[in-house]
Amino acid sequence: MPLLRDLTRKVAAKNAGPFQVTVDVFCGSADAFARVVPALDTARVAGLFGVAPQLMRRFDIPDLHVVKFSFPRPVVQGSRFDRDMHGAQFATLLEELEL
Amino acid sequence: MPATHVLVPSGVLGLGFSLQALERGVAMGADLIAIDGGSTDSGPHSLGTGRSKYARAVCKAEWRALMQARAALGVPLVIGTAGTSGTDETVDWMYGITEELAAELGQSLRVARLHSSQPPARIAEALRWGRVRPLSPAPEITPEGVLGLANIVALAGVEQIQAALATGADIVIAGRCTDTAIIAALPLMRGAHPGAAWHGAKIAECGALCSTHPGTGVVRVSFDAAGFEVEPMAREAACTQHSVSAHMLYENADPFRLYEPGGHLDVTAARYTALDARRVRVEGSAWVPGPYTVKLEGARLAGYQTTLLAILREARYVAHAREWAARLHARLLAEVGAKLGLGPADYDIEIRLIGLDAAMGPLETRTAQPAEVGALCLVTATRADWADEIARLANPYLLHFPLTEDEPLPTFAFPWSPAQTSRGALYEFALNHVLALDDPMEAFRLTVTEVGAHAPVA
Repeated sequence: MPLLRDLTRKVAAKNAGPFQVTVDVFCGSADAFARVVPALDTARVAGLFGVAPQLMRRFDIPDLHVVKFSFPRPVVQGSRFDRDMHGAQFATLLEELEL
Repeated sequence: MPATHVLVPSGVLGLGFSLQALERGVAMGADLIAIDGGSTDSGPHSLGTGRSKYARAVCKAEWRALMQARAALGVPLVIGTAGTSGTDETVDWMYGITEELAAELGQSLRVARLHSSQPPARIAEALRWGRVRPLSPAPEITPEGVLGLANIVALAGVEQIQAALATGADIVIAGRCTDTAIIAALPLMRGAHPGAAWHGAKIAECGALCSTHPGTGVVRVSFDAAGFEVEPMAREAACTQHSVSAHMLYENADPFRLYEPGGHLDVTAARYTALDARRVRVEGSAWVPGPYTVKLEGARLAGYQTTLLAILREARYVAHAREWAARLHARLLAEVGAKLGLGPADYDIEIRLIGLDAAMGPLETRTAQPAEVGALCLVTATRADWADEIARLANPYLLHFPLTEDEPLPTFAFPWSPAQTSRGALYEFALNHVLALDDPMEAFRLTVTEVGAHAPVA
């Protein structure tokens, strides 16, 4: 089973303000985008981040060969239980997902 | 209508930019230089304390180059969200740097300061009147809770920046404002296409991050009645359709919509055209007017924190680190209760295991066995002296706590002395709300002063 990172150019995550985080999957080509889009199940991705599926927003952007996920941070940025101030490590969970 | 050219030297003052690229931008000409001075990106501490995260010397060196570029061009220089959080204190900190430089450079300047800090009593009152509304997701707030916040700022939009420019200021030092407002304000004043003004501002807000060479910093955006064009000023850098359009993804939950005071930008129909190998033109973005609201940010004191770090290297402890940490945690709670008489309302102890799941916590999916495990012990208490005292109590346990009762005492690695580090006050973001305004200036204050060689003596 390939990992998402084997099929894509880059997966990047960053805070979108203190209360949300956004994860961009840069597929790198139309072929990779066509392969990744149906293979990435939104509910499964929500589960990976511990987010209720109805709170997970997804944008499939063919022009950029990008799949984007945005969701409320499991804990607010910089609050006592936050472990990653800039939210960048969320990308690693997704790029290691088996497709 | 002639194009309005805005030079953006970098994503934020303090991050650095290429001086050659700035020189080239000055040579090409611009109607305004705009740079961001902050962000919530590094957390709530700057907002909580009203202090800049970047080194003063670095900000001063970069501001010197920008003040010289401004003087060469004879156009306004604007910084938004000055001093990381854009509180009144950090605006005045930036003003102090500007005064020093004006004297050192022999420049006489009109400086407009836009203050964005909000008195908690006013926001609590606005909340009672239903003028403060939550975004999603938003923490629960009450008027009493708002009164207890350490600092509140409102994010100004273009109207407040335009008011500052209308004073004839050479330099505008703005408190908290949206990243885009400082770039979009002037083109909008001069009749540029509204969708293009906001979209171009969003693309250029991080400087050359929208190009192939982000580290070079400087870009120039040209706004006209139909669209905008963007070009990096470093010769080695290029803006491509991909590098420009991909920037809408960055730190944006929605890559097609951007909410601003008084409406939102919609780039669904935007068309990106390569003018040549390094310039891109964009048309088709739309500005959709809406109610006039400004976003609020607030930080509250969430306690005081002291930390300890021990490193487990012995294979048996590494293999049983979770079990060890759980037993240690229970023991520490018992000791704190018995020796200090403190309970759960007074403090909290958390042990994070670096090497296992310190970054991801319960979301971690990997289970490989590391060579060593760092036990990061976070003590948070309602008083700073309690946090320190609890950490001192924890010290010998963190050094010697055994996995079982009947074994020789282990000794783990402490990387420094003293073992505990007092982190001081811990702040938390407490607002994700908007404030409705009848007049854009009603929540902001402008102060205009003359500084430098010919300034009147105060």
